Amino acid sequence: MTTIRHHLSDQLLMAYAAGQLPEAFNLVVATHVSLCDECRARAASFDAVGGALLEEAEEIAMGEDALTRALERIEGLPQATRSEPLKPAGIFPAPLADYVGGDLSAVRWRKVGGGVKQAILPTGKDASARLLYIPAGTAVPDHGHRGMELTLVLQGAFADENDRFGRGDIEIADEEVEHTPVALAGEDCICLAATDAPLRFRGLIPRLAQPLLRI
Amino acid sequence: MATTDETDWAGLLVKVRDHQDRAAFAALFRHFAPRVKAFLMKSGAGAALAEECAQDVMATLWQKAHLFDPSRASVATWVFTIARNRRIDALRKARRAEPEELDWGPDPEPDQAEVMEAQQETERLGRALAALPASQRVLIERAFYGELSHSEIAAETGLPLGTIKSRIRLALEKLRHQLG
Repeated sequence: MTTIRHHLSDQLLMAYAAGQLPEAFNLVVATHVSLCDECRARAASFDAVGGALLEEAEEIAMGEDALTRALERIEGLPQATRSEPLKPAGIFPAPLADYVGGDLSAVRWRKVGGGVKQAILPTGKDASARLLYIPAGTAVPDHGHRGMELTLVLQGAFADENDRFGRGDIEIADEEVEHTPVALAGEDCICLAATDAPLRFRGLIPRLAQPLLRI
Repeated sequence: MATTDETDWAGLLVKVRDHQDRAAFAALFRHFAPRVKAFLMKSGAGAALAEECAQDVMATLWQKAHLFDPSRASVATWVFTIARNRRIDALRKARRAEPEELDWGPDPEPDQAEVMEAQQETERLGRALAALPASQRVLIERAFYGELSHSEIAAETGLPLGTIKSRIRLALEKLRHQLG
């Protein structure tokens, strides 16, 4: 496991545990947690808050025949047996591979200019998720952070004025963040990004067409 | 392994897991189904839908008993995660990506001290919740009952979550070590 330096926020982990994230954010959180034991443990501690709330909650009586029905119901239910977890061999952890329908070779990229490619993933409309492919040494497309935006590195690395983000690292940007991230030399950079602001294609494409020269 | 002052839910679920014990399932049902129903109704489900979904949640508890490891999570936490996912499905009709499963099934002979610690966490957190100022507790409840959007959720809970995190972190390290 690589060393991850940029983690999910408590706010995101709690919202994930509470089941309150848009689908696209769920995907990014689940993918990061798949790579990051620290956040897996933090996520579990927020699940435990849900457990304590459930335990303390008032009770609302079930229907009279509820237990009988439940027992009848499990009668016909086979108990699943433990199967070996699927361990993807590629760079996509299981939840992402599930959305893509495979690993890197299954991605249907569309060129957006400057060597940058993207693939929008099918999620609910309250937020959107996409994969970004940025050639090493090229500017990461700036999506003009409206709302919240999460960017998770899956391959390669990018850096901005302040920090470096490698595989497993997640950048959480809000409206105030203004920066110019650049994919570092070496491996081409592949990221999973999600935003709860509408994507702005028109403004995006011309900017993407200009690979940034400074590094 | 039973704790002194509460029913041994974990012991019952292990009986369901290992022996398909229906009496143990009935005891779990009587305790948890009315709580799941209340949780779903507070989250906005009508009584009929909540009853139906609580049935689904308990059936899932039976079906997925093979995944339950009492040294990792309390039964209440386990039931909560199933109920939450059912709620997302039924009320929000959205998908919830789950993290990659780790290659650790239930340990056939878990460390009893670890089991006890995991099972007591719910009770300990419950006491901590009760000790919070009402306004803070209400915020946590509203977050978990789906009344707050993700941007409205406050990250600072005031709850002692560090001990739970550390315990799970340690278990993960042990697992990674075993996997080499």
